Amino acid sequence: MLLTRDSENLTMLADYSILLIGAILVNNFVLVQFLGLCPFMGVSNKLEAAMGMSMATTFVLTLAAACSNLTYQFLLVPLGLGYLKTIAFILVIAVVVQFTEMVMRKTSPLLHRVLGVYLPLITTNCAVLGVALLNISKDHTFLESLFYGFGAGAGFSLVLVLFAAMRERLTVADVPAPFKGAAVGMITAGLMSLAFMGFAGLV
Amino acid sequence: MALMRLTSPHAHGPMSTQRVMQSVLLATIPGVIVLTHFFGFGTLINILWGSIVALACEALALKLRRRPLSFYLKDYSAVVTAVLLCIALPPYAPWWLIAVGIASSILLAKHLYGGLGYNPFNPAMVGYVILLISFPIQMTAWAPPRGLGELPGFMEALQACFTPAAYDGVTMATPMDLLKQNNSLLINDLWYQYPQFGRWSGRGWEWANIAFLAGGIWLLYQRIFTWHAPVAMLVTLGLLAAIFYDGGSSASGGSPLFHLLGGATMFGAFFIVTDPVSSAVSLRGRLIFGALIGVLIYTIRVKGNYPDSVAFAVLIMNFAAPFIDYYTQPRTYGHRNKRAGE
Repeated sequence: MLLTRDSENLTMLADYSILLIGAILVNNFVLVQFLGLCPFMGVSNKLEAAMGMSMATTFVLTLAAACSNLTYQFLLVPLGLGYLKTIAFILVIAVVVQFTEMVMRKTSPLLHRVLGVYLPLITTNCAVLGVALLNISKDHTFLESLFYGFGAGAGFSLVLVLFAAMRERLTVADVPAPFKGAAVGMITAGLMSLAFMGFAGLV
Repeated sequence: MALMRLTSPHAHGPMSTQRVMQSVLLATIPGVIVLTHFFGFGTLINILWGSIVALACEALALKLRRRPLSFYLKDYSAVVTAVLLCIALPPYAPWWLIAVGIASSILLAKHLYGGLGYNPFNPAMVGYVILLISFPIQMTAWAPPRGLGELPGFMEALQACFTPAAYDGVTMATPMDLLKQNNSLLINDLWYQYPQFGRWSGRGWEWANIAFLAGGIWLLYQRIFTWHAPVAMLVTLGLLAAIFYDGGSSASGGSPLFHLLGGATMFGAFFIVTDPVSSAVSLRGRLIFGALIGVLIYTIRVKGNYPDSVAFAVLIMNFAAPFIDYYTQPRTYGHRNKRAGE
């Protein structure tokens, strides 16, 4: 009895780690699924800003994935309003972000100073809506949605932070005038996306 | 404006770029000879044609940017990129494949970022990955090694390169491909059934790896690069292969010797990972850089879709190199240790 429960736990653990690796590396939201490109290009000029942004995004992605899953399961499906999911999720995400910001300001001024500026920006990040909708189309359970949201955030953070460190170096490179700035950033992101294709088949 | 985060004292390099590049070229010679012995003239023709295209691309880029032509053409850096890419390409590759690869290496990966010394990615590996993803059929057509098939003569090899439509070559799965596709045979049976496996890691491949290792050790002796990145990569790769090797079941990932002497391991360790521009700068950073490349190579070889993964692993870690440098910068002379970025 105990043994079977242990092995069940193990397979569950393996399932979740596959979900995580899939979301972080194999189907990375930025470099493979091309979601959330605006903050990827916009907030990657400085490493410190990128770190704040990535922490805030991971936080919101996990929370929003969970909340949108609950909304879908307990509100939209019982009422037969599944076709309204896009609009409903936009609303949920906006509320979650706003609510987080308010709670953070009251309870932890330090955290608010670090993440606060980025929170309103994240509302418009398409990766957040993308995770919520993908969770539904992949029939994820509540826990799976939570893990998938966290994995998406971790993958976004990884790529954003590495990219920011690289862009700091690119600012001192002797890049030809027409390619300076965002252009060479885009090309770098494209080359990175090529390299990430090496992860295909990992899970 | 962001400044380079590396502080003095800077050691003065006694060698010019030209000398360094010449040494790298010389060190590839044993490997190229072994490859030519086992796979015929294909690699040599790749290198000759590739170098011509590389010099032309370099001249074009310099002309467009109004830089002095002869100064930069004489530093051999374009030729080194071409030779490294052409060694990695399958022998008897068509001319256009080589030209596309070299053009993406030199123009896209090197001059678009500002030329020699600024490229964040290894140019040869950018060319290789672009080709592998765009032309998978041509890129996986390896000729059979000597003893397992007829080797084409020099004229036939020329024909294979420049009139590929008229050339009817023979190809054979490489040991890395066979191990990847195998799902029912024990390792011993696999070695018994396919003569490509040779003694340790593939007929021809094992000797090519040993030759590149010899070239690499000579470069190390010449102090062209430090030992940190290649040794960290080889040790990690060997350790991982030893830990996960289960003695030869059908699901086994191959023995440590197979991984260390198979595919592009030694070539990657001493000629690609050691690229001074696109790798991490600090010595501690280089250890981390090399070790993570080893981890990625093993993971993708065993679990991923691609049979060999040196190019992917190097590009992914090139991407991470500035971040690694940021956190491993050495103590400033005369100051105490401080956290990075403060």
